[in-house]
Amino acid sequence: MSDTTRLSVFKTYKLYVGGKFPRSESGRVYEVSDSKGNWLANAPLSSRKDARDAVVAARKAQGGWAGATAYLRGQILYRVAEMLEGRRDQFVREVADAEGLSKSKAAAQVDAAIDRWVWYAGWTDKIAQVTGGANPVAGPFFNLSTPEPTGVVTVLAPQESSFLGLVSVIAPVIATGNTAVVIASEKAPLPALSLGEVLATSDLPGGVVNILSGKAAEMGPHLAAHLDVNAIDLTGADADLARELEIAAAENLKRVLRPRTEDFAESPGTDRMTAFLETKTVWHPTGSLGASGSSY
Amino acid sequence: MPTTASAAAAFADVTASESTLRRFLHGLPGVDAVGLEARAASLGTRSIKTTSKAYAIDLAISMIDLTTLEGADTPGKVRALAAKAVHPDPTDRTTPTTAAVCVYPDMVATAKAALAGSDVKVASVATAFPAGRAALPVKLADTADAIAAGADEIDMVIDRGAFLAGRYLEVYDQIAAIRAECGDRARLKVIFETGELSTYDNIRRASWLGMMAGADFIKTSTGKVAVNATPANTLLMLEAVRDFRAQTGVQIGVKPAGGIRNTKEAIKFLVLVNETAGADWLDNHWFRFGASSLLNDLLMQRQKMATGHYSGPDYVTVD
Amino acid sequence: MTSPFEYAPAPESRAVVDIAPNYGLFIDGEFTDAADGKVFKTVSPSTEEVLSEIAQAGEADVDRAVKAARRAFEKWSALPGSERAKYLFRIARIIQERSRELAVLETLDNGKPIKETRDADLPLVAAHFFYYAGWADKLDHAGYGADPRPLGVAGQVIPWNFPLLMLAWKIAPALATGNTVVLKPAETTPLSALFFADICRQAGLPKGVVNILPGYGDTGAALVAHPDVNKVAFTGSTAVGKQIARTVAGTDKKVTLELGGKGANIVFDDAPIDQAVEGIVNGIFFNQGQVCCAGSRLLVQESIQDELLDSLKRRLSTLRLGDPLDKNTDIGAINSEEQLSRITSLVERGEAEGAERWTAACDLPEAGYWFAPTLFTNVTQAHTIARDEVFGPVLSVLTFRTPDEAVAKANNSQYGLSAGIWTEKGSRILAVANKLRAGVVWANTFNKFDPTSPFGGYKESGFGREGGRHGLEAYLDV
Repeated sequence: MSDTTRLSVFKTYKLYVGGKFPRSESGRVYEVSDSKGNWLANAPLSSRKDARDAVVAARKAQGGWAGATAYLRGQILYRVAEMLEGRRDQFVREVADAEGLSKSKAAAQVDAAIDRWVWYAGWTDKIAQVTGGANPVAGPFFNLSTPEPTGVVTVLAPQESSFLGLVSVIAPVIATGNTAVVIASEKAPLPALSLGEVLATSDLPGGVVNILSGKAAEMGPHLAAHLDVNAIDLTGADADLARELEIAAAENLKRVLRPRTEDFAESPGTDRMTAFLETKTVWHPTGSLGASGSSY
Repeated sequence: MPTTASAAAAFADVTASESTLRRFLHGLPGVDAVGLEARAASLGTRSIKTTSKAYAIDLAISMIDLTTLEGADTPGKVRALAAKAVHPDPTDRTTPTTAAVCVYPDMVATAKAALAGSDVKVASVATAFPAGRAALPVKLADTADAIAAGADEIDMVIDRGAFLAGRYLEVYDQIAAIRAECGDRARLKVIFETGELSTYDNIRRASWLGMMAGADFIKTSTGKVAVNATPANTLLMLEAVRDFRAQTGVQIGVKPAGGIRNTKEAIKFLVLVNETAGADWLDNHWFRFGASSLLNDLLMQRQKMATGHYSGPDYVTVD
Repeated sequence: MTSPFEYAPAPESRAVVDIAPNYGLFIDGEFTDAADGKVFKTVSPSTEEVLSEIAQAGEADVDRAVKAARRAFEKWSALPGSERAKYLFRIARIIQERSRELAVLETLDNGKPIKETRDADLPLVAAHFFYYAGWADKLDHAGYGADPRPLGVAGQVIPWNFPLLMLAWKIAPALATGNTVVLKPAETTPLSALFFADICRQAGLPKGVVNILPGYGDTGAALVAHPDVNKVAFTGSTAVGKQIARTVAGTDKKVTLELGGKGANIVFDDAPIDQAVEGIVNGIFFNQGQVCCAGSRLLVQESIQDELLDSLKRRLSTLRLGDPLDKNTDIGAINSEEQLSRITSLVERGEAEGAERWTAACDLPEAGYWFAPTLFTNVTQAHTIARDEVFGPVLSVLTFRTPDEAVAKANNSQYGLSAGIWTEKGSRILAVANKLRAGVVWANTFNKFDPTSPFGGYKESGFGREGGRHGLEAYLDV
């Protein structure tokens, strides 16, 4: 039987929340088209309740994820790359459809996205060495600064770069032990929802990444104002929405990463990781050894 | 042979006042948690096979305090449990009996009758188990009731509230009172509820407190909270009984209870006994498992060793 | 005293590893004979059986290998770091996949227990490659300036005590930073390096990037002296380390040395005693004490000496010595006849000088090289066994009265690799650690290693650090 006579099985695109694949609790969907206006699929139109549930899942997973060794997190992120490499063809098609790219340009995006996971897999056990260190205070103290993940981060994924940009905003958040609630590109959500399938088979604990599709303008305000979210990445918001969300985020002083023009093809620096790291500095008395007046 | 009573006498000056007792307990060597857990985990990598596995399985079965401590316990349930304690595997009469059956005080008489003629002991929880939140006279009455009904062993709980509030002498006095109530009619197991005591330093202190007060066994937990017996907390208690005997000549038993669900885990505990306290404790007079579902896994493993093939739930009894 | 709970034999199966009757040198991606055809045998030290016959590299082979490494260096160093990273990640993952096979191989060739190769050596080997893979494309962030460049060809000579792990410590950072390598494994433990060569082939590593030259000390000397080697890395004895330092003098070669030690394990009167005993045992009997950073001197506060030694001896009587492939074995064989006689003669010296010897009661197998765990009490700084590295399961016990005396005695050594501190008091840990002249200090633990944690010595224990961000420096032109 040749392919032209065989009917294909359409994929029903679902959200990825808490390691599972639910539909939107609202029961709504919206139509996703390719660059030529052809219908590709229906995607869930997520509601504020989906966002709420995603935050619950992200919070639940955060302690365990941050408490895992950096080495383990690195191996899991590398596993994501392994799984993605195996599905390269699938994602090349999805990205080509989503962004109207030629097959070779889409392939370049997917390859870069796989390599981006590898880049961040190699950061998990090094970021502390690069951003932390001993501080030579003027007193009998051992003083050490170390980075810690801030917690639950809401991420508005880029509207245009549906896969490479998506990966570039998710990986740095979770590499350091944060968990993420991701709002996919509104017009090109399908690669993001498919990424959920890859994450689910990579030993990534459920809830570390949660992927919602729908309107950033609808879900954004609830997530920006949510008191159990610690930070927000506004990359996918236009200027007006970004300002509105930054105002809402001030309610619990979320750490805010403002949108900027960036070329996701370029090698990233470390700022997408440091934006979501706290620095803890601890003083330990060392005292002296045993002469009179010993302080220990 | 030194007895627990002589041990109590040996520590008379330590237990003379709240402050002397506190100083003694706080002067015990500290416990490094990372090191303790690493040692327990390392002993967990021992590979126990063939003849040593067969020995361990039979030993473990003989060490079980087969337990039912539910609000819904009825005479029928207790009788079924007792029957299983005496004949754990109906397909194999060579299976050892368990050490004891463990029930609430008002089920002791039923258990005693059901176990008549066997070597299986009746252990009863007491002292307002599991929370231990009642006045001392109530706890004493609870104990007396169980002994009157024929309990061979009493599993008491300490007052964790008093312990965590630093009222060590009060905890000691309560144990001593229950010890006196038991006299020589019943052996006394003292439950610390290690999950609530939380730190290893506390568990070490509670161990010494219990042993000085006359415990025959020190026991990890009630099985009624989230975290019960672990290899690390049991290892710590084995170190305590080892050190206590070295210092006083008095040997005291250890009972981990709750959370030991399968043969592999049980054998890990026996390795801890073997390599810490030593061979003298490899006997159900000195080491027990507080468990219920563990028995069936031990039986299935025993069946596999005998037949060569894996067994299944249909070949062991549901009580 | 026998326990009723005797552990039945629990051997790990040898079938998981396939050792060929002979192996060649690995040069430029191929296994070949030595130019002069010389070979040597490698034996299993626990049984003295011959495991395989190995080609022995001579000067001509060294020259050919260095040339292959030089050719490969052009392309390898020009690759984007992200591509080098992916080769190293492949290697790390394949090592993880083949861990059981490599662990059994290492146990056979080295003599150490399978429990150690399985649970310590192999996981660390994989982790080292995984860690350094991630640095390959992040060198700009390593604190060595923008675009730090590699040195070129690295000549690396490693010891027999942790064969594959020492290989990982050398090769992973060298490759990540863009260098190519020629590595000489120790003559008594060549096999895991040769299996590693096979893993490089499985990973598709370009030929010439890694070259493996089994041989003896002369092979190593030729490699170190070769004019086209840019970087020398050596782990081994202090005596040979000094020779190497003399050899490279006046050249442009960068050198790092990781040499011997006589680590002081300091136990204070408020130490967590049971864990301290474990730490002492781990410190001197892990790997049969054949560890540069072994805690071979126990410095115990005099007030608790008796109590601690009683606990220690009681604990030592539970150590199981025997077949390294048995999963319950704690103490394996000594690596070679030569090493065994060195240990024996130092122990005889200890007795002759008046220290009091205590040896755990052990049945030593008929064949193989074995030494039962031993401790010497009443040792002072003046004894040979307090100063000289035994590199075996022999602990020297000295006492001290006060913390500053402990520090003075710990530092009173030509070595400075490691030290241990046992106390429940946090400020004392930090105060003592501050004053110890040792590259690695362990507090309430011992013999802990991690690819992120820099390792190396002060004084005659060598210079340079391996592991962590610091470990990159040795292989960069900075």
